[in-house]
Amino acid sequence: MNSTARPIQPRKRDAIPLRVVEAAGLQPASPTPPAPAILQATDVYKSYRRNRHEVPVLRGCNFAAASGKTTAILGQSGSGKTTLLHLLGTLDAPDRGRIEFDGQRIDNLPRTARDRFRNRQLGMIFQFYHLLPEITAFQNVLLPMMIHAGFRGYLRHRRQYRQRAQELLERVGLLHRLHHKPRELSGGEMQRVAIARALVAGPKLLLADEPTGNLDRQTGQRILDLLDDLNREEGLTIVMVTHDESIAQRCDAVVHLADGKTVEV
Amino acid sequence: MYRWLLCWRYLRTRYIALASVVSVMLGVATLVIVNSVMDGFTAEMQQRMHGILSDVIIESHSAHGLPNYQDTVAKIRQVVGEELAGITTVVHVPAMVSIDHRGETITRQINLIGIDIESYADVSDFSKYLLHPENQKRIGFDLKEDGYAPDRPGFPESGWKYRRLKAAAEKQLRAMQLAYEQEQERNRLLRAAIEASASGSSSANTAAELSVGSPVTASDLPPTPRDQADGAAEAPHDGHGLAFPELPAHLRSNDGDDAAPSGKSSSATTSPRTGATPGAEQSLPTPGPSVDAVATLDSDQAKVFDPEVDQHEGIVLGISIGSTRYRDAAGRVTDYYYVRPGDDVLVTFPSAGTSPRAINERFTVVDFYESKMSEYDATFAFVPLDKLQQYRGMSSDAVTSIQLKLRDGADLNAVRDRLRAEFPLELMVQVSTWRDLQGPLLAAVQMETTILNILLFLIIAVAGFGILATFFMIVVEKTKDIGILKSLGASGSGVASIFLGYGLLLGAFGAGVGALAGLVFVANINTVADMLETITGQEVFDPTVYYFETIPTLVQPMTVVWVVVGAVLIAVMASVLPAMRAARMHPVEALRYE
Ligand SMILES: Nc1ncnc2c1ncn2[C@@H]1O[C@H](COP(=O)(O)OP(=O)(O)OP(=O)(O)O)[C@@H](O)[C@H]1O
Ligand SMILES: [Mg+2]
Repeated sequence: MNSTARPIQPRKRDAIPLRVVEAAGLQPASPTPPAPAILQATDVYKSYRRNRHEVPVLRGCNFAAASGKTTAILGQSGSGKTTLLHLLGTLDAPDRGRIEFDGQRIDNLPRTARDRFRNRQLGMIFQFYHLLPEITAFQNVLLPMMIHAGFRGYLRHRRQYRQRAQELLERVGLLHRLHHKPRELSGGEMQRVAIARALVAGPKLLLADEPTGNLDRQTGQRILDLLDDLNREEGLTIVMVTHDESIAQRCDAVVHLADGKTVEV
Repeated sequence: MYRWLLCWRYLRTRYIALASVVSVMLGVATLVIVNSVMDGFTAEMQQRMHGILSDVIIESHSAHGLPNYQDTVAKIRQVVGEELAGITTVVHVPAMVSIDHRGETITRQINLIGIDIESYADVSDFSKYLLHPENQKRIGFDLKEDGYAPDRPGFPESGWKYRRLKAAAEKQLRAMQLAYEQEQERNRLLRAAIEASASGSSSANTAAELSVGSPVTASDLPPTPRDQADGAAEAPHDGHGLAFPELPAHLRSNDGDDAAPSGKSSSATTSPRTGATPGAEQSLPTPGPSVDAVATLDSDQAKVFDPEVDQHEGIVLGISIGSTRYRDAAGRVTDYYYVRPGDDVLVTFPSAGTSPRAINERFTVVDFYESKMSEYDATFAFVPLDKLQQYRGMSSDAVTSIQLKLRDGADLNAVRDRLRAEFPLELMVQVSTWRDLQGPLLAAVQMETTILNILLFLIIAVAGFGILATFFMIVVEKTKDIGILKSLGASGSGVASIFLGYGLLLGAFGAGVGALAGLVFVANINTVADMLETITGQEVFDPTVYYFETIPTLVQPMTVVWVVVGAVLIAVMASVLPAMRAARMHPVEALRYE
């Protein structure tokens, strides 16, 4: 494991052009025990409006994820776990409250800054994998780099990017499926492609929304092992939404979500 | 990068979108075809007009024309200077031509033009539109022996050969008529004599005269007129007695040559002119004017005009003056000629001066003029300048217009303006370029082209709405992908550019294929027209209407480029709205979309 994981870590800094590192104010991960909260949500409100009828989902929710740790969000169906995760990932904006990443407020950033944040600092994994069906697994993994680099930048760093994508797919054990379209892959394989894609840009934070919810136990177990490895070997901060208590128990911290509020256990 | 990748992927996996550009394709192809054909027509027409009208025309509206054209020409040379390539003087006069055809007189209104044989060819494309190969090389107003229009299969036999045959046949006819009239007269006298003898008061004179003629008895008189009437039954007895109805039919057919000699041989046996008949002529009382005509024609070869060897002054008629184009029973396009080189026509035109009189002058048609501009072909008739001046009583120094040909690349309008300064309108002189003269026609064609272009671009615009609808569907279908891209940090404009690029590629593809198809179509347009004709049995391109044998085309690269650019623009514009919708899509809602 270690032998394959190693190249990722140094390359992470090599591959990413300097300006991105600067823009994000990224510091090398410090593995010191008193882990500060890298991601923090304070008094967040979110409600959906449907036919003038307001559906409050989050009501003064607080949340913190320690740097380099895994945090599980548990809660009943419909309790607002996915909603919270979207807010944390700046895919949606809270009605009230603030969300901070690395001590910097991110919920009210301009659109382009949020796009950049998602592209560079954040990896997201979904229950339904969300791969683009028309391109190969390899291209799916390359997608964040393509989005980041633009046309000419991509062409210039192409070999570098491709090598990194290939290494990541090797890491998740899919080297033999590089040029398959998502529909030609199994659910577990698709989820592993999604993980590779989430990691390709070298993020600090991984948000996972029921990553094993659609997989059988054994496959789910392997995915969770992979996430654990990533957390341990690369200090990746992981926030994972799940229904499953047993999965939650593997995490460093567990947060319960109920009535629009979080209850730490 | 991902934009192009996805754009390309979407293109490859959604061939239905190609269906939406088929209309763009068709629109572009149609535009290319229509413009090529219109430009072809315009170019062909302009070339012809330009060729006929020369570059700059100086016209006098005075009845006397330009009195001392040498002075004017000298002045023009001075004003135009280096740029002058050719100059010719012309007399234009409205006229009427009368054509005798099968005993009917056909009159046509024409534009009689006196041209200077030496210089006219320098200025105008006149000679290349003539039918006789020799005339094409060098204008001549002498009737040629034969060989008119060698590349025109249906052209009737023309020239001296035809003229001699016709003259001979006419002579023969006149002789037959004479003989018939003599018989009639004889019968009348005989009957009178019989009546006189029956009544008892016989006239010695009539009896004596009768005895001089052939010894006819009352019993064998009737058959003779009947025999002769077989040939002359249809002959209308108009004062001139020129008509010989069956002649054209004989001559047009291949056995015309055979028919004529047999006619001659029969004339040797029946004609009163050969052998013993002069006596009869003198002894008979003069029956009518036709006998006079024959007598005068026969009496003095040196002085009197003999159509077998003489021609009147030559005239070149526009081909539509002397012929009609029609479609025969089998559907073939055929020309019917009322008159042909070798025939004589009567031209009526006004004399010069303040109180014009009508002048009638006979001309011999020496050639046809076919510019394929129906307006010109139906009205222009050319005669030698000096003769026209002479007939009209003009001084040989007077002309009505001067035509200039300038060097290639000369600025016509500048030259015209300089000349206008020199010859103000107060002198009753008008200076114009060929474009000025044909301005309305050119403007009309231009207008037509513009309107067609607008209409066809509307078709492409309609196609644009098709693209719009298709793209909206694709955007909706790809909602989830858009959400994924956004969750990966793609910007709104990045997502939008996927669909704009999609529109661009589709538009370029449609327009490119359309333009290619259009160009291929244009290159083979006549083959296609023929094919359509055989399939549908309907004439696609009717030469009787357009005066072109084939459809003229001219591909202007700039037009094609503009059409393609326009079509691509429309496709891109049609994809703007769907692209904007994609850009505005909320990432969470897009991800939740099922
Ligand atoms: N776009 C929306 N409009 C209206 N209501 C919404 C919308 N999105 C979510 N909701 C509501 O918000 C609540 C929380 O939804 P959310 O998806 O966060 O639940 P969840 O905790 O992820 O549930 P599950 O475990 O089933 O995934 C639900 O009651 C849902 O009906
Ligand atoms: Mg959920």
